[in-house]
Amino acid sequence: MNAASDPGPALLEVRGLSKSFGTLRALQEVDFTLRAGQIHALLGENGAGKSTLIKAVTGVFPRDAGIVRLSGSEVALGSAKAAVDAGIATVYQEVNLLLNLSVAQNLYLGRQPTRFGLVREAEMRRNATALLAEFDLHIDVAEPLGTYSIAVQHITAIARAVDQSARVLILDEPTASLDRHEVEILFAVMRKLATRGIGVVFVTHFLDQVYEICDRITVLRNGRLIGERKTAELPRIELIRMMLGRELAETTSERAAAQVRTAGELCARFEGYGKAGYVAPFDLALRRGEVVGLAGLLGSGRTETARLVFGDERADSGSAAVDGKPVRLQSPRDAIAHGFGYCPEERKTEGIIADLTVRENIVLALQAKRGLAKPLSRSEQDEIAMRFIRLLDIRPPEPERPIGLLSGGNQQKVVLARWLATAPRVLVLDEPTRGIDVGAHAEIIRLIRELCDDGLALLVISCELDEIVTYSDRVIVLRDRAHVDELEGEAIDISNILAAIAASSTIGAEVGQA
Amino acid sequence: MPSMMRRLLQSRGLAQIIALLVILAIDRAVSPQFFDLRMQDGRLFGSLIDVLNRGAPVALLALGMVLVIATRGIDLSVGAVMAIAGAIAASLADAYGLPLALAAALGAGLLCGLWNGFLVAVLGIQPIVATLILMVAGRGVAQLITEGRIVTFTAPDLVWLGNGAVLGVPTPVVVVLGMLVVTGAVVRGSALGLLIEATGGNARASELAGIRTRGMILAVYVWCGLCAALAGVIAAADIMGADANNAGLWLELDAILAVVIGGTSLFGGRFSPVLAMVGALIIQAMNTGILLSGYPPEFNLLVKAAVVLIVLLLQSPRFASAGAVLWRAQQ
Repeated sequence: MNAASDPGPALLEVRGLSKSFGTLRALQEVDFTLRAGQIHALLGENGAGKSTLIKAVTGVFPRDAGIVRLSGSEVALGSAKAAVDAGIATVYQEVNLLLNLSVAQNLYLGRQPTRFGLVREAEMRRNATALLAEFDLHIDVAEPLGTYSIAVQHITAIARAVDQSARVLILDEPTASLDRHEVEILFAVMRKLATRGIGVVFVTHFLDQVYEICDRITVLRNGRLIGERKTAELPRIELIRMMLGRELAETTSERAAAQVRTAGELCARFEGYGKAGYVAPFDLALRRGEVVGLAGLLGSGRTETARLVFGDERADSGSAAVDGKPVRLQSPRDAIAHGFGYCPEERKTEGIIADLTVRENIVLALQAKRGLAKPLSRSEQDEIAMRFIRLLDIRPPEPERPIGLLSGGNQQKVVLARWLATAPRVLVLDEPTRGIDVGAHAEIIRLIRELCDDGLALLVISCELDEIVTYSDRVIVLRDRAHVDELEGEAIDISNILAAIAASSTIGAEVGQA
Repeated sequence: MPSMMRRLLQSRGLAQIIALLVILAIDRAVSPQFFDLRMQDGRLFGSLIDVLNRGAPVALLALGMVLVIATRGIDLSVGAVMAIAGAIAASLADAYGLPLALAAALGAGLLCGLWNGFLVAVLGIQPIVATLILMVAGRGVAQLITEGRIVTFTAPDLVWLGNGAVLGVPTPVVVVLGMLVVTGAVVRGSALGLLIEATGGNARASELAGIRTRGMILAVYVWCGLCAALAGVIAAADIMGADANNAGLWLELDAILAVVIGGTSLFGGRFSPVLAMVGALIIQAMNTGILLSGYPPEFNLLVKAAVVLIVLLLQSPRFASAGAVLWRAQQ
């Protein structure tokens, strides 16, 4: 921890901030306090509300309720520009600069030093060199920004923001594409800014980095504030519990109902399956009537495992077998031919085809599986669509409505119906309850249990541990893109999963190399 | 009343049909004998037949283009492919006869389509750039085939393809109808139509649903190349010669226009070959009308722009609901 952890004056105060998108409450009465000279981590899983909070504070979205105070006085921040003018600067993971212009031009774009209307290039370069020297960055500022590394691009973006008299600097996942050395450079810059009294908000999903550089931590989950702690006083397992868990008592009772199932015969088996730089080789057995849960933090390799299993990414090691026979899963088509289905996490971009009707979305995978020459007749399509609309209670029950007009939960049911129509043996569900309101949420979980009772093998990813605990027969824990632990039966509870996720990363490295 | 009005305004294809009828009515107003038909030498003549006959090349191009646009693509090279196919057919017809000349011309169109499809589907180049290559190079290829001259021919069966008639109906019109039936049968008789619309609507989701999206994209460019080649042969047959410099010049734009007027969005997804045909007829009815009216052809471009604007406004859901509000206010 650095010396600035003793509380300075409150710089940015957010009180009671709420924001809804349609029926989805993205933020509910969130408070957030950033002090001068503080590096403050903002943590949470996908959909926790981090981005929404940042966008509401920086004026990208209007907010439904709540106030924002800067140095004690309330500010309106009606637009992104108003936020920048007030001294709140944001640097996103994708740097919003012009790679074809020089570093100096990027630093002074829109505020170039001029004489008689002409840009004074030499003066601009001198200023740029001096500005970057403050950040211990000594580069030729006349070169195009695109010729430098992502780290330099980030520091350029930060330097530009700070030079425009920013008092609050928000860094949204700045380290996601940096290597270790570049991260060090960026951290040095962050520490230097903190000693100058600038407040830094650091959004990341690398917990090691949080413990390395942050003074305080604020955790959001499902759009609510879970807590704000001093980093030094928050053990890692407690932090992960804040990010993932819910009250333990609530879930242990639910667990009993799921317990009675007995696993059926082996359906698909993966041995030493992996892809270099993507997911470390893993063993995975999927049995009929069994739910296998994949648990881990964001970026731990959950979705990557699903994509390998479904053939969307090609494995470069190991073997796969379906019903005991070796198979090659080179593409989603291969996997579908062997009875796999996959409901992706990104429903809007990878799941639904918004312009097509509910009926067309439902029959799509079945039609693709049958091939071009065997079209489903219109009456067959109507029959299939109506069957699943009734079975899954899709609302409104209108097969000819474009799917884009349905709510998130009903869209998810249609994508589920698309796969059920192919009579799959293995179904992979990636965050099936993401972005779905509470009622539909419970229904999807009930469906998962029913499907399993019907003899389907399910592989389910969720960042909600209580959900995983509720329906899983086995839980595989992932960390740092490797499968690190497997829990079964009585051993499945939130604290065991948390312990496996939080275990020191050396074990992860060993398993990853195995 | 307003809801009925709105439903009428939003029903698929109505805007296009109304636009076509209005333009035909205007044509009738500027040229009183517009709807007159007469039979001569076993072939129908009249302005209406002219519209169908002259519109045949653009209609054929639009038949291919509508599928390409449905996959969220575009093919700028169809005019150049017309020139290539026309040049090949004209050069071979007298020496080798129609079957071989036609096969060679269509084969060239197929290769052109494969090339475009390869660039777009396999290499992942943006369609507008990928097909721009052949748009520029194709005309050069056509000029090389004709050696810079206008190649004329006299082979009667090729001449018949452009100037003959079947049961009184000009051959080009029969060819367009035939191709429309074939296209309709292929895309709606098989699952191709649904899979193309899915691919154009969301390629990534379609891929994950098990659709061979690359195969779909390749197929539509090949089909588009074939249609363009057929259009090129008919255009050459019509003038009994191949002019590599001018055959099909700028017709790719008319074809795209016909598809868009026909209600297929450039963002891909839903498509209608029949309405693309209506779009081609709208364009040709305007061209013919302006010629008949005696105005200089330059007006054509302005009038075309105005009609496009009107048709697109009629298709816009926002405009339709605004119209419904106005309607209610008047009541």
